[in-house]
Formats: sequence, structure tokens, C-alpha cells
Amino acid sequence: MLKYLIGFMIIISIPCAVITGNTAALTEAVLNEPVNAVELLIYLCGGMCFWGGVMRIAEKAGVTSALAKAFSPLLSRLFKGLDTNGKAFHAICMNISANMLGLGNAATPLGIEAVTAMKEEEGCTDTASRNMIIFTVMNTASITLIPSTAASLRLKFGSSSPLDILPAVWITSAAALIASLTAASIPYLGDKEK
Amino acid sequence: MSLFTNSIIPLIIAVIVAVGLVKRVDIVGSFTEGARDNLAMCGDLLPTLILLITAIGMLRASGAIDLLTAAVSSFADYLGFPEECLPLALIRPISGSGALAVYEDTLESYHPDSFVGRVASVMLGSTETTFYTIAVYYGAARIKNTRHTLSAALTGDLTGFIFSVLTVRLLFGE
Repeated sequence: MLKYLIGFMIIISIPCAVITGNTAALTEAVLNEPVNAVELLIYLCGGMCFWGGVMRIAEKAGVTSALAKAFSPLLSRLFKGLDTNGKAFHAICMNISANMLGLGNAATPLGIEAVTAMKEEEGCTDTASRNMIIFTVMNTASITLIPSTAASLRLKFGSSSPLDILPAVWITSAAALIASLTAASIPYLGDKEK
Repeated sequence: MSLFTNSIIPLIIAVIVAVGLVKRVDIVGSFTEGARDNLAMCGDLLPTLILLITAIGMLRASGAIDLLTAAVSSFADYLGFPEECLPLALIRPISGSGALAVYEDTLESYHPDSFVGRVASVMLGSTETTFYTIAVYYGAARIKNTRHTLSAALTGDLTGFIFSVLTVRLLFGE
């Protein structure tokens, strides 16, 4: 799916650039964007290494297993067949906590760790499992409680109360989360519990 | 509130380090071990990221978003979706930095406390950069067949866009 999408984006950009007269900009993008990708990774890399290190301390100190215990009644229902004492489940709990606190930079490396650990524990090759899909979709739907970026920009542009959108954001986030989880689960509706 | 949000990250780290010290964990050794593992993960991620970011950059530079906006605007208008928020909705799943630029433009042209400004804010606050998240998670884990991940995620995004219009209309009026 992703390969068709990426291929489509690359191919469609040429006729679009001809129509809108942006061919020079398109060439510039081809030359500059790979460099931007490396820059983005350097930016990400510091956070990923740092949170990987902190996470390892938390694991050895038993902080993550305490967190996993608190989350497990709810999450073990969502992620079926995953060991609640395993690395994958711990990473999922840490990722969800980071997301709820609005720590996007901390959530990404934890999310990658969760998917990688799920792949190992579930013995997948190169196909996404049910749990991976549920988890990824939870992240794309974002579970943010405080939209700090939107709030700070609203303040900058002269909003009288930048946080008055909170209830609307919560309702919208919840609706998006429910919709994506439902869409992710539909192919499994007929399945018996494993 | 801001004191809480400003100090939450250092606080979490301090608590983890403190618990580690109490439990006699080798905090330096553990940290470097975990950091080294994730450094290797970064290397794995780079090829995927270069392809994805370049493809997205090409799409943005080509003006495809503007063409698509023009193509679907009358349909969106028919559904009661504010036309001014369409570019944001179209770029939001693809590019985080692109969405931020469009959002700032929107706030500049329409006041943040206007209907359009609020819808754009709720939209930005309640959704994520879907393609990026999927590509990064699956790219690092070397998952090639993503199955229905993308369609499920986009269902959520579409629901989010519709609900940002509905909730703002309901809670603030037009």
C-alpha cells in the first residue's frame, strides 16, 4: 500500500507541476528534500537515543512494569495475545503516556520500539499484525489532551482565549480514535478469540 | 497550568532516575545501552525517511494540493465544510511542517477566534501526520505489507475533520 502511495506522489507531481508552472520548484525539491530528511533524522536521533536510554533505566528500575500494570486492564483487551510483562506491552504503555502528556518527541521513539518489539514477540516477517495496526492507528489518531502547538500559535495571532478549543479538540480526538479503531478492527470481527 | 506543562518532562526523568538509584540500577550503563540500541534504529530508519520526505516534498512543490483544493472545493462546500480549511485538511495527513505553515497562514488571514480559525485549530490539535507516523513506525520495524493500516488511519482523519467542523459549530456557533 505504502509503495503505491509513494510512487503515486512522485509520478503525479510532474503533471501537477507542469499545470501550475512549478517545475523549477519541483526540481529544487528533488535536490533538497533528501538533505532535509537527513536533517530531520539528526533532529530525531538525539531524542530517540535519549528516550531509549531513559526507557532502559525505567525498565530496570521497574517503573515501566508498574505503569504496564496500571494500564493492563484496559490495554490487554485492545491488544490481544500480547504478554503484559513483555517489552512490546511496556513500550506501548510508555508511548501512550507520552502521547497523552503531549510529548511528541518522546512518543515517536517509544512507538518505533513498540512496533519493533511486537514484530519480534509475534514472530512476524514483513506483514503488519493486528496488534501493530491497532497500535499504529492509535498513534495516527493522536491522543493529545493539550494541543500546545495550536494553543501557542493562536495566542501569537491574538486569540483572546487560546485554550477555549479544548472541549472541541477532546470530542474530535475521541471521535477520530473510535473511528480508526473501528476501521482497524472490522476485518477481525468474525474471528474467534485466539 | 504552564508551570505543570513546563516542568513535566524534567520531572518524569528525575523520578525515573531517582527510582533507578533507589533500586541500585546502574543508571549510566543502562542509559548508554538503551541509547545505543536506538542509535542503530535511527540508521535503519534513514533510507525510508529519505524516500518518504522526498516524495512528500515533490508533491508539495508541484502545487498538487492547490489543484486538489480547487477540484474538491465545491463538493466540500456542498457538505458544509468550510472551503478555507480545505488546504489544511488535505496537507495534514502528509506533512507536519506543511500543515503548520498552512495553519499559520489561516490564522493570519482569519482571526484565531473566528469560525474558520477555530475549525483549523481543532483540526490541527486533534489529528496527526498520518503518513509520517505509519512510514516511520513500519520503516524502522521493516514491515512492508501494511495491510489496512492506512485506510483505517485515514478513516480516523476524515472523521476528525468532520467533527472539527461539527464541534466548533455546536460549541461556538457559525
